[in-house]
Amino acid sequence: MKVLVPIKRVIDYNVKARVKADNSDVDLTNVKMAMNPFCEIAIEEAIRLKEAGIATEVVAVTIGAKASQEQLRTALALGADKAIHIETDEKLESLHVAKLLAKIVEQEAPELVILGKQSIDSDNNQTGQMLAALTGRGQGTFASNVDVANGTVNVTREVDGGLQTVALKLPAVVTTDLRLNEPRYASLPNIMKAKRKPLDVIAADSLGVDLTPRISVVEVHEPAKRSGGIIVDDVAQLVDLLKTQAKVI
Amino acid sequence: MKTLVIADHDNGVLKPETSKTINAALKLGFAVDVLIAGENLAPMSEEVASIAGVNGVLVADNSEYAHQLAENIADLVLSLAPEYSHLVASATTTGKNFMPRVAALLDVAQISEIIDVVDGDTFKRPIYAGNAIATVKSLDSKKVITVRASSFDLQGEQTAADITAIDAVFSSQLSSFVSVEQTESERPELTAAQVVISGGRGMQNGENFSLLHGIADKLGAAIGASRAAVDAGFVPNDMQVGQTGKIVAPNLYIAVGISGAIQHLAGMKDSKVIVAINKDPDAPIFQVADYGLVADLFDVLPELESAL
Ligand SMILES: Cc1cc2nc3c(=O)[nH]c(=O)nc-3n(C[C@H](O)[C@H](O)[C@H](O)COP(=O)(O)OP(=O)(O)OC[C@H]3O[C@@H](n4cnc5c(N)ncnc54)[C@H](O)[C@@H]3O)c2cc1C
Ligand SMILES: Nc1ncnc2c1ncn2[C@@H]1O[C@H](COP(=O)(O)O)[C@@H](O)[C@H]1O
Repeated sequence: MKVLVPIKRVIDYNVKARVKADNSDVDLTNVKMAMNPFCEIAIEEAIRLKEAGIATEVVAVTIGAKASQEQLRTALALGADKAIHIETDEKLESLHVAKLLAKIVEQEAPELVILGKQSIDSDNNQTGQMLAALTGRGQGTFASNVDVANGTVNVTREVDGGLQTVALKLPAVVTTDLRLNEPRYASLPNIMKAKRKPLDVIAADSLGVDLTPRISVVEVHEPAKRSGGIIVDDVAQLVDLLKTQAKVI
Repeated sequence: MKTLVIADHDNGVLKPETSKTINAALKLGFAVDVLIAGENLAPMSEEVASIAGVNGVLVADNSEYAHQLAENIADLVLSLAPEYSHLVASATTTGKNFMPRVAALLDVAQISEIIDVVDGDTFKRPIYAGNAIATVKSLDSKKVITVRASSFDLQGEQTAADITAIDAVFSSQLSSFVSVEQTESERPELTAAQVVISGGRGMQNGENFSLLHGIADKLGAAIGASRAAVDAGFVPNDMQVGQTGKIVAPNLYIAVGISGAIQHLAGMKDSKVIVAINKDPDAPIFQVADYGLVADLFDVLPELESAL
């Protein structure tokens, strides 16, 4: 079984994003970038499927600027067999990304596609569901457990009321939640080995997908700041202030 | 121009997010119909028809919809889409699951988790864990939108609107329901509660969450948690508050033994009043807290319970 894992280069999760002075966007100059944490979980799951003898090949794919090859190398170092870079300098929307990924799904014919549930920059939480729709596949989103057997994948999903398990016919699409696994770190020898693994580059505009924007960003601004609070001395003062000043209890 | 809101429920209880999402949808400025898809929906249909501003209710009552499988719900919504310019759902795990599927099948973008409606095409939404707010304009002729319910008010009541049955049944066979593990709780829902008290890694284990129970009982509060507390298995996943968990905006939020990582703040910093209890005076949670108490939680929680 071949597994395709789309990954995204995003701001490092420890870094607090700042808005540009001209309010056009978030300022990413000299900001530390990394693989989207949910994509790390997706790669890890694919590698575990391979280690378990269920997956035969793990292919990582990213859509983005040249620099995102860094994250593909990380995926290769973690254990992916090959990588595909769909190169573009445009900031694409989830629908575009899903359409480009659908082309790769057509080429590679993976039985399982594992994506992150959400990119921590756009906070969209859309691409996996869109890809599933465009490729006519079933979807198991927000997965905390994935079980592949007999042409079916059982996916346990983190939902608002608890956990729901669904069975999907393969081929299918899964998106990862935080509790699916704990991603490993790449070892130095594996990082060296990754440099020799295949990484194909395809120009995004060669795939025949209309990439015209569907959303225009009017402006980006900072959220309302909370005004500074106070440190109370003890529980008695806290309760008193909540009653008399804040009037919330 | 007409708007269709897809209701969120568990076949028995209508989620409060639905009423707030209808509130958001009315701000678009067009008539709002509501679709309820599920099983045994008769009582709930009446309830939805009585939410102020609802023009009509469409009820798709069939076992195929009982578990909100995204493939079937998306096909159902798609079949109704030609009548509507705006399709709107709550950004709950249900809405987040099927709505992007609808958008892709319609070949339109989805605008996720809006917190404000500027006009029928233009919306505000948080990005980068709420560290920036983007104003975005949809250029598609049809809009597919999910709503962050905590940013909108509950609607009032009205005399019931018309209810129409939808007989079409979509059964994709791509997925099927296996099982559900519902978290049972007597407490108010996290996203609906006026008071939320959350515990973090500082709670040390699941048993210690009982220190929060007495306080929650006295305040009628829901109990939440940080990711670290969920990952460590102290409490179930559906209690996680944050960027990638639940978003809450109660009148009072009490964070206990939580450091205040940006991902946690993203889920609670719009609360009206924030209290933080943490033994580390430098914990970032104090930067957003209205009232901070630097103390050992094991000392002050019992004190707090008896002082209330
Ligand atoms: C992709 C991604 C998504 C994430 N999504 C979320 C999310 O949705 N929600 C979320 O919460 N996190 C999320 N996180 C995790 C987040 O980055 C933090 O790791 C997490 O919030 C930390 O939880 P915590 O504050 O409980 O633990 P810690 O950071 O370990 O803090 C524990 C705090 O407890 C205090 N403490 C310890 N003992 C006591 C005591 N006896 N008395 C008083 N205080 C005490 C300590 O001083 C410390 O400040 C996400 C991370 C990633 C990468
Ligand atoms: N540019 C991209 N390249 C490859 N995969 C992506 C890209 N954008 C999003 N994805 C995938 O889609 C998931 C969800 O992203 P989003 O829908 O943007 O929140 C990510 O975790 C990735 O797995």
